[in-house]
Amino acid sequence: MATKNSAPAKSDQPYVQFGLDSFGDLPRDADGRLMTYAAAIRQVIDEAVLADKLGIDAIALGEHHRSEFSISSPEMVLATIAGKTTNIKLASGVTVLSSDDPVRVFQRFATLDAASNGRAQVILGRGSFTESFPLFGYDLKDYEILFEEKIQLFAELVKEEPVTWSGTTRPSLTRADVFPKTESKHLDTLVGVGGSPQSVVRAAKYGFPVMLAIIGGSPDRFVPYVDLYQHAAREFGTSSDFIGMHSPGFIADTDAEAVKIAWPAHKANFDRIGKSRGWPPITREHFDYEVANGSLYIGSPETVAQKIAKSIRTLNVQRFDLVYGGGPMPASARMHMVELYGSKVIPRVRELLAQPDKPAKTKNADK
Amino acid sequence: MPTNKTLAILGAGKLGIVLTQLAIKAGYSVYIAGSSSPDKIALTIKVLTPGATAATVNDAIDHADIVILALPLGKYRTLPAGLLAGKLVIDAMNYWWEVDGNDSEFNNPTTSSSEIVQQFLQGSRVVKAISHMGYHHLHDEARPAGQTGRKAIAIAGDDDSDNQAVATLVNDLGFDPVIIGPLARGNILEPGHELFGANLDHQTLQAIASNHK
Repeated sequence: MATKNSAPAKSDQPYVQFGLDSFGDLPRDADGRLMTYAAAIRQVIDEAVLADKLGIDAIALGEHHRSEFSISSPEMVLATIAGKTTNIKLASGVTVLSSDDPVRVFQRFATLDAASNGRAQVILGRGSFTESFPLFGYDLKDYEILFEEKIQLFAELVKEEPVTWSGTTRPSLTRADVFPKTESKHLDTLVGVGGSPQSVVRAAKYGFPVMLAIIGGSPDRFVPYVDLYQHAAREFGTSSDFIGMHSPGFIADTDAEAVKIAWPAHKANFDRIGKSRGWPPITREHFDYEVANGSLYIGSPETVAQKIAKSIRTLNVQRFDLVYGGGPMPASARMHMVELYGSKVIPRVRELLAQPDKPAKTKNADK
Repeated sequence: MPTNKTLAILGAGKLGIVLTQLAIKAGYSVYIAGSSSPDKIALTIKVLTPGATAATVNDAIDHADIVILALPLGKYRTLPAGLLAGKLVIDAMNYWWEVDGNDSEFNNPTTSSSEIVQQFLQGSRVVKAISHMGYHHLHDEARPAGQTGRKAIAIAGDDDSDNQAVATLVNDLGFDPVIIGPLARGNILEPGHELFGANLDHQTLQAIASNHK
């Protein structure tokens, strides 16, 4: 099941989609003060409007239930963006299906699809946080079964025919017809996975395209996962071959400027989350390693473009999403980043991808 | 006939897969078991860790002298303690409240999680190791002995020869072994402590462990 992708393919190069992902981190205002949750949400809306003007393919908003992040209801924010934009895909990234009701998720995104003329895209996942479990009355001990059952039900719902289903995690359904139907009869559905092999196999089993969350370490670690997905899709007889990736990053005019803005924000976020998870504060050495060799796409437009192009080639993905603005970062710097991503980085990556694959090209990125 | 070159890895998640990859590369025979039947993970094993054998938990244990626990800690009571008797068991698990639940026995600050596992696996010799480094660092940082920049992995166990056996394995997998003391000492590797997440060289890890009260 391929995604609805009508983008122009100029050559034999497959068209790669580029997205921006946000969790609605609270940014800082011009005076350095942390903005309110409401202002943070409006900031994301403004960034998405700019992204649409720049021709960026997708905005993906992730559901979180923590104090660092303003977005707990991505589709509400996406619906607002829908009314202010014309082309950009409106995605969640992810919708925590385990602690949600698949029927309601379908309804909300089918509604968004209607309001946006077919631009809705739901990215289902288990999420890397678990705050939603106690919040909505789910037991973490059911972590596996909740996702397993709910994705199975969701796979039925997207057929847009009456559903008969029974399981242990929600009441059963008997020929339940769910509305609204989408015009395309196909709600664009992907699965976000973070490197658990079982998740990759499960996505392939239901024929859902996959977004790999690659948030640390070298991206080539995921090459075997791409293989696994393709093998599994063949084995299950599903035709899906779409794989995308998302990784965090930040872009400024120069490498030094980007690091100067991103490092304190990244550290603030990482250490705050680490505190609740028991890992020690991030060191500058670790940060620099991730920027140089790992999964932080931080630097000037040229540096970031080189790194993205390299990852796209290595993993042969059809979509790259940059998780931008992580941590308490100046709002103006975030807006400028969106501008640079759309106007400089993406065109440059397309240019790099159109060139024959030569190892020499990566040299500039290593400076 | 089991040999020290045969490993059982219990847990086919992110950690179990990376450890299997490193062990295969180091020339070990690896039997890996997930939480259900082997055919559930057969494809994953074939593609991600060619050369390893997908097995049931019992079969995997049968084949090996050294067993690595790479399952969620909250599931340790599902382990077959009887079958594991007499085995050298490497506990690579950590208490992760988000998955293991927040109201558990692991909140007791005086007893390390590996001691609780040892109490359950009475007939086994439990050594805590390969627990503090993130799985992507394990993947990215493994390198041959003597190479500059090689990282270290801490080992805590009560028996010297067991610690040495684990040290050999750690070295084979691509890391400098650092024996930090008896099993109880493993508490300094747990979440919330300085060495949790440590991706450090031999000297630095040793220094932090020595300074830690």
